Amino acid sequence: MMNDKTKVTANYLDSLWKFFASVKLTVVVLLSLAVLSIIGTLIPQNQSPADYFKAFGPFLFQVLATLDIFDMYHSWWFQFLMILLVVNIIICSVERLRLTGKIIFTKTPKFNLNNYRQQKQRREFTVTGSAGSVVEAYRRYLSKSFRYCRVLEQGQGFAITAEKGRWTRIGVYGVHLSVVILLVGGLIGSLYGFEGFVNIPEGQSIDTIQLRNTGLEYRLPFSIRCDDFDVQFYASGAPKEFRSKLTILEDGKAGIQKEIIVNDPLRYKGINIFQSSYGKTNLDPHMAGAPEDIELSFRSTVSGMIYNRKAVLGQPVQIPEGMGKLVVERYEPDGQFRGMSIGPALLGTLTPAEGSPVPIVLAMNFPKFDMMRKGDVVISVDQSTAAPKTAYYTGLQITNDPGVWVVYVGFAMMIVGCMVTFFMSHQQLMVEIQPKGTRTAVLVAGKANKNKIGFQHKVNRLSEKLSMNDGRLS
Amino acid sequence: MAYNPIILSITTFIFGLAGAMYIFSWVFHREGAGRWATGVTLFAAVGNLIGILMRWYESYQLGSGYGHAPLSNIYESLVFFAFTISVIYLVVERRYQNRIIGAFAIPLAFFALAYASFGTSSKISPLIPALKSNWLIAHVMTCFVGYAAFALAFGVSIMYLLKRGNDESAATGVIGRLPAAAFLDELTHQLIMFGFLFLTAGIITGAVWANSAWGRYWGWDPKETWSLITWFIYATLLHARLMRGWSGKRIAILSLVGFSAVMFTYFGVNLLPGLHSYGAMGQ
Repeated sequence: MMNDKTKVTANYLDSLWKFFASVKLTVVVLLSLAVLSIIGTLIPQNQSPADYFKAFGPFLFQVLATLDIFDMYHSWWFQFLMILLVVNIIICSVERLRLTGKIIFTKTPKFNLNNYRQQKQRREFTVTGSAGSVVEAYRRYLSKSFRYCRVLEQGQGFAITAEKGRWTRIGVYGVHLSVVILLVGGLIGSLYGFEGFVNIPEGQSIDTIQLRNTGLEYRLPFSIRCDDFDVQFYASGAPKEFRSKLTILEDGKAGIQKEIIVNDPLRYKGINIFQSSYGKTNLDPHMAGAPEDIELSFRSTVSGMIYNRKAVLGQPVQIPEGMGKLVVERYEPDGQFRGMSIGPALLGTLTPAEGSPVPIVLAMNFPKFDMMRKGDVVISVDQSTAAPKTAYYTGLQITNDPGVWVVYVGFAMMIVGCMVTFFMSHQQLMVEIQPKGTRTAVLVAGKANKNKIGFQHKVNRLSEKLSMNDGRLS
Repeated sequence: MAYNPIILSITTFIFGLAGAMYIFSWVFHREGAGRWATGVTLFAAVGNLIGILMRWYESYQLGSGYGHAPLSNIYESLVFFAFTISVIYLVVERRYQNRIIGAFAIPLAFFALAYASFGTSSKISPLIPALKSNWLIAHVMTCFVGYAAFALAFGVSIMYLLKRGNDESAATGVIGRLPAAAFLDELTHQLIMFGFLFLTAGIITGAVWANSAWGRYWGWDPKETWSLITWFIYATLLHARLMRGWSGKRIAILSLVGFSAVMFTYFGVNLLPGLHSYGAMGQ
């Protein structure tokens, strides 16, 4: 009874092993991944549910959402297929290594001489000279290009067995292992890394970003301040370059600074900060800096004329009609006048042609404010340009991926593995030399585990070389 | 005045002539025409290369910000594609001493360049910020060497299907002159291995670039996904051949399927939204 049960279990395990060890499974999984991946390129991924609802209607939306179609590359069924591929790769490799391991890891390769003697594509010719002298010349020649080269005595003659590239049989396991490493690296990244984004208006700093997949907030171990943002355009209107000057703030202290552009990120403490986008944002006037261009208008109470002039902070502006000069000294986002809040304001000094300087308060939201001073000239800040209501923000992509070096190892391994697997082969050669009357008969045959046609060409060229000069080779 | 589009348009016609000569030589069994075709192809490949270098040089003449390796949009990639097809073909011709393959390969270079010259804009545009990276050259070159090898494998697979579609023993004349089926089968396999290596390198350089520019090496962008789909198809082909012993017709058909995936990755994806949209038509 017990015996039967173990037998059944053994059978069950055996067939499970066979299932995973089959290349049929590989082909089915690879093709399924290929076909299913198409869906995700036809239906845009990770859009807002409202968009999907609008596009598909309530019923189809429910069905597709249940199947995880809107985030299909992270769905359980897509990941199940990838796990299936990994298990398949590992078990296939173990299974194959069991068979080929003996061939790969051996010190004395086996040559079945009769197989070579009966080969269809073997080359045969005769040369002069004794078998002994010919075999020595050939051995010396072949050992130049074949690492392993042995002479065996065969009756009255000899057989040279030579081989190289045995290790290249490992290449394919390297490729397969690299796929597993890549997926492990991806897993590490998705478990321990994060990917988020944040928009920072110029002059401001943040320490919290929004994660891309979940939309949750994530607090960074430091703050990022955007000191400056700048975008340049080509004549065509396409953006040429956008750059952000960033400062890392730790415990309130300014640390490293860097100007980042697309393709040149700031990396700090394993966290990568990438320039990704930009835009304009509405500003809270309290947060805004001083306006860059100040448009002022001066109305003379004497002539009634209005003059528009541009002003820059700290630089004097001459007022027409000899009414003196004005220096706008600073910007006050939250101006006060006699204990009253007047909102954003510019403060300056007016120096008339005659008389002493007077302080000037220009309330940006109240153009007639300066009339209260009852001076010769009424100064106001032009409404259109006065208050900076918008400013550039820089869009940053912020990521941390501890698995990326694992992935890079996988990449390197895959390229090297593919090169070895596709373009290098395990080559074996047998040259038999037997006395034949007054001459010496030579038979050349070889086999390779890959690119058999190419190797046969090589064998043909080699036997031509060996037959030249009657076997003396030089 | 930019000379490169003129040079490349003329090269298009030279490729057309070379392709016609290869076909003529094959159909009418004139070996002399075939030898001439090789010379004309070599001439066209050199013209193609000069066009590329000229465009590179001329981009720097247009002013600051314009200069870049000509591998940045659909026109430039098609031009490079045609060049790679012709070079890989010439290597294959030299190695296997067979000119009939030219009748199936050089027309592909001609179509690529004809589409570039007459279907897309040859205007040199300055690079957008995302493309300003040294990875651009490595990424585009590896991808298109891979694509070109797959294009040739496609041509050879068609030859195989023509050969085997007819009863081989009875086939004489035009079909009979095609190389032996076993040779075509093996050549398809060799080209696909070569293409697969470069497609792999192309996907990897793209991933490394994406990681250095956007902080993620894989984002399931449609172009990325389609290149992976293509990779899956050719990986299937290689496994089916090496492990299941598939060969001949089934491999030839998989090769055609693989190449249509390549074409979709190249052109079709631009119809879908994604990061690679700068490769879009008419840009």
